[in-house]
Amino acid sequence: MIGTATPAPARLSARLWLALLIFACFAALPVIAAVTDDPFLLLIGTRILAYAIAAMALDLILGYGAMVSFGHAAYLGFGAYAVAILNSVGVTDLVLHIAFAVTISAVFAAITGAISLRTRGVYFIMITLAFGQMAYFFFVSLSAFGGDDGTPLPARSTLFGSQALEDDRTLFYVALGLLIALFTLATRIVGSRFGRVLIGTRENPVRMEAIGLAPFRYQLTAFVISGCMTSIAGVILANQAEFVSPAFMNWHRSGELIVMVVLGGVGNLTGAIGGAVVALLLEDWLAVLTEHWRLLFGVFLIVMVLYSPHGITGALDRIARGRR
Amino acid sequence: MSLLSVRNLCKTYGALEVTKDVSFDVAPGELHAIIGPNGAGKTTLIGQLSGQIAPASGAVLLDGRDVTGRSMAERVRLGLARSFQITSILPRFTVLENVAVAVQARSGSSFRFFAPVAAEAALNDDAYEVLAKAGLNHRADVRASALSHGEHRQLELAIALATQPRVLLLDEPLAGIGGQEAGAFVQRLAALKGRFATVLIEHDMDAVFALADRISVLVYGEIIATGTPDEIRNDAKVRAAYLGDEEAA
Repeated sequence: MIGTATPAPARLSARLWLALLIFACFAALPVIAAVTDDPFLLLIGTRILAYAIAAMALDLILGYGAMVSFGHAAYLGFGAYAVAILNSVGVTDLVLHIAFAVTISAVFAAITGAISLRTRGVYFIMITLAFGQMAYFFFVSLSAFGGDDGTPLPARSTLFGSQALEDDRTLFYVALGLLIALFTLATRIVGSRFGRVLIGTRENPVRMEAIGLAPFRYQLTAFVISGCMTSIAGVILANQAEFVSPAFMNWHRSGELIVMVVLGGVGNLTGAIGGAVVALLLEDWLAVLTEHWRLLFGVFLIVMVLYSPHGITGALDRIARGRR
Repeated sequence: MSLLSVRNLCKTYGALEVTKDVSFDVAPGELHAIIGPNGAGKTTLIGQLSGQIAPASGAVLLDGRDVTGRSMAERVRLGLARSFQITSILPRFTVLENVAVAVQARSGSSFRFFAPVAAEAALNDDAYEVLAKAGLNHRADVRASALSHGEHRQLELAIALATQPRVLLLDEPLAGIGGQEAGAFVQRLAALKGRFATVLIEHDMDAVFALADRISVLVYGEIIATGTPDEIRNDAKVRAAYLGDEEAA
C-alpha cells in the first residue's frame, strides 16, 4: 500500500490553491521570458508542462490505485510517435495527433494492463517495466522513423489549419491549457464514484470484493485513463523538441516519472505537478553548476525521502500545521 | 424452500480435512448458528460460502441457484454478504464513506467519473440509515481508523448490512468485545433478526443461544448435530464433544 491520505475536503481545497498558484506562475512565464529576453525559458517551460501532465497521470494510478507502473514512458513515446507517424502521411492537426496517441495508448494499456494486473507489488513493477521495454525496442527497430536515432519533425502540429504552434509562446499556452484541463478532469475522477472505488481498492481490495466490487475492472480502467493522459504529454514533448526518438520511452524516463511523483507527494495530483517542476528545474540548475549534477540530485532526493517521506506537499502540510 | 442450501461441502489442506461433507439449510429469516471448538473449520466454512475459498467438492445454493463457481463479488451482488472475524474496513475513509461505498456497490454503476460522489444525497442518506441500525450514526464523520475496537465491530456489521443481503454470513461479530458492549451488540443483532437469513459463527454461547433459531455443531470439519437450541443443549454427542467441557468447568 502506498502511504497517503485520502483527500479530505478541507485538505483538497488547500491542494487546489497550491495547484492554482503553480498554474498562475506558469501563466506568467511568457511575460518573464519576454522581459528577460530568454527564448529558452518558454521551451523549458513547455517541457516541464509536458512532464507535469505525465507525472500527474502516473499519480492517478500510483497514488490513488497503488499501481506502481514502471513502464509509463512508453505512453510518452506513443504520443511522440503519433505526431511523427501522422505527419509522415500528411495529417498534421494537433487534435488528430492527440486522438491517435490516445487511441494507441488505450489499446496498449488495456492489453498490457489486463496482464499486469494479474500480479501485485514488485511483480507489477517488473511486468510493466517489461512491457515498457518491449514498446521501446519496437520503436528502436522502426527504421522508417530513424530507429535508434529517431527522426526530426518537419514541422510542429497544426492547430485547426493554422501554424500557430510554430510560435513557442502559443505552444506553451496550449500545453498549459492541456495541463489545466487534464488536472480538472483528474480531480473530478478522484472525487467521483469511480474514484472512491479506486481509492477503496488501494486501501483494502478484499473489503471491496466483499461489498461486491471486484477491483480488476476499476484498476484496469484507471490504468487505461492514465496511459491515455500520459500520451498527450508525449504529443507536447514531440512538438517542443520537434524531434522524436525512442529515448522518450526509455525505462530511465519511467523511473524519472516515478521520482517526480514521489518527490511531489503521492496521491494528491498537485504534488505530482510540483514534483515535475522541482525535478526538472533542479536538473537544469544543477547541470549548470557541475557535470556531476546527478550526484547532487541524488543527495537532494535522499534528504527529501528521509525528512519528508510524503514529498513536497507533505512538507507543506507540516509547515501549515505548525503555523496553526 | 431454503434460501441458502449447503450440499456436501468438502475441503482439504494437504492431509487435513477442514470441511468434511458439510450440509445444512437456512430458511428465509432464519438465524442459523454454527458453533464448535477452535480449529473446527468454522472460518474456512464461511470462506467457502462467501466465495473467498473454493471447496474441493460440494455445492452452495442461493435461493435454488448454484453459486459454487461464482466469485465473492458476484455472490454479494446476488445477496450473499459476509462480515469478517478480523475487522476489514477502509481505514482512511470516514465511517460514513465506508458504508456509503457499500451502498454505492448495489445502487447504480460505479463507472461514473465526473459527479462528486460525496454530494450524492441518496448514498449518504442510506448510509446514515444503516449506521443508525448498527448504532454508529454519531460517529459518521470520524475516520474509520480512529474508532475503538467495539466500534470497528459495529462498522464491520454496518458495511455488511449496507449491501442489503438476503443471506448474511457473520464471522464472530462479537470477537474481542465483552461485557455491556457485547450485550448491546446482541440486542442489535436480535433487532435485525428476520429481515434476512443469517449464518452466525460465534464463540459467545450466551449470544448464540439467545439469537439462534437452529444450531449446527462443527467438530473437526464435520457437523455432528443440527437442531434447535434446546435440542443442541440436550444432545449427548454435543455435550461430550463440546459443551460438556464448559459445563464441567
